[in-house]
Amino acid sequence: MVTATALETELLELAGSVPDPELPVLTLQELGVVRAVRLQGPGTVEVDLTPTYTGCPAIEAMSVDIERVLRAHGMHEVTVRTVLSPAWTTDDISPEGRRKLREFGIAPPRVRTASGPVPLTLGPTRAASEAASRTEDASTEPVRCPHCGSADTELLSRFSSTACKALRRCLACREPFDHFKEL
Amino acid sequence: MTATVPVTAALALGDDALVLSHRLGEWAGNAPVLEEEVALANIALDLLGQARVLLSMAGDEDELAYLREERAFRNLQLVEQPNGDFAHTIVRQLYFSTYQQLLYAELAAGDGPFAPLAAKAVKEVAYHRDHAEQWTLRLGDGTQTSHERMRRACGALWKFTGEMFQPVEGLDADWTRLDEQWQDSVQDILGRATLPLPEGPRTGAWSAGAGRQGLHTEPFGRMLAEMQHLHRSHPGATW
Repeated sequence: MVTATALETELLELAGSVPDPELPVLTLQELGVVRAVRLQGPGTVEVDLTPTYTGCPAIEAMSVDIERVLRAHGMHEVTVRTVLSPAWTTDDISPEGRRKLREFGIAPPRVRTASGPVPLTLGPTRAASEAASRTEDASTEPVRCPHCGSADTELLSRFSSTACKALRRCLACREPFDHFKEL
Repeated sequence: MTATVPVTAALALGDDALVLSHRLGEWAGNAPVLEEEVALANIALDLLGQARVLLSMAGDEDELAYLREERAFRNLQLVEQPNGDFAHTIVRQLYFSTYQQLLYAELAAGDGPFAPLAAKAVKEVAYHRDHAEQWTLRLGDGTQTSHERMRRACGALWKFTGEMFQPVEGLDADWTRLDEQWQDSVQDILGRATLPLPEGPRTGAWSAGAGRQGLHTEPFGRMLAEMQHLHRSHPGATW
């Protein structure tokens, strides 16, 4: 394993600071899609980028944006490689990224591979029995409305404006909202 | 680093994804409700992404998609079947996504050349399967009309389902076990949807299925003509 040089760390930060083309509130670092930056010679750099979904059309825009940023930083040859393995999961979205999604009006994905304590919060339980009869796994925490915080929300459609989101509605404040689906 | 890619298998999986993606894309502008239009387009997009990765493993993705003749395609006959009514599309989705999820889960667990793509795609396909299952339940156990249309579609596509479990050269999978799992799963969901399990052969003389050998059904030629026409009319065009 080769340790990253100071310049590589700096370039990784630069590449990671590029905003996501579809969710501009998030940076690529917060989304967790920039995997590595390798300096291959003076001014020559290779970037590993992983797609959220295999067919995500934003990956091309991301590559172009990364290239532009790194060229502006003196790199004259930038190659962006698409890597599939290990597969990206929504657990790769940083806590800061989740907070920004919620502020933007998108319910963030629930963390699935809990490795630490799971914080419990109180929420409305009116629809607890209904929720159990729905198709979703009732054992996972509820998807909360990003507007009012209520846990009393229902699924409208499994697919929304992009493949990575589902369309839901809050039964407390009646607002529809997007939910970044767990992957 | 670069393991030899079994081209036959890459084409089989890639063509399944490409052809079904195109069929689902035909719903754009025609789906019964807006949410469903978006859902079908999103599923098509997932499949197109998978097709691009798989076909790129076998050669140049554009040449393979747009410049091959019908007989060179290795997709299942199931995925090329016309959309029909919404019930037909949902049953095709149910049959195929169940198969795809079982197969990709097995490939993802191995260490073959398809493991990275399968590990990624299996999670996407889980949503496709859930979508198909929920519609199957809703339509099968719905009105008399929706039940009847679903029953008809289940029966019409049944003869195409045996082909999915013909061994594919270069894919390390237990096909008999996959077929059993598939039948268990489909039987379960159809039962819950109050739909009868179709009768009739899935393999042998009276079943369909030689898509993996390049033999396709009549509607496939017309689908390809539409899919390839633009690229063939303007070779090398970009935007």
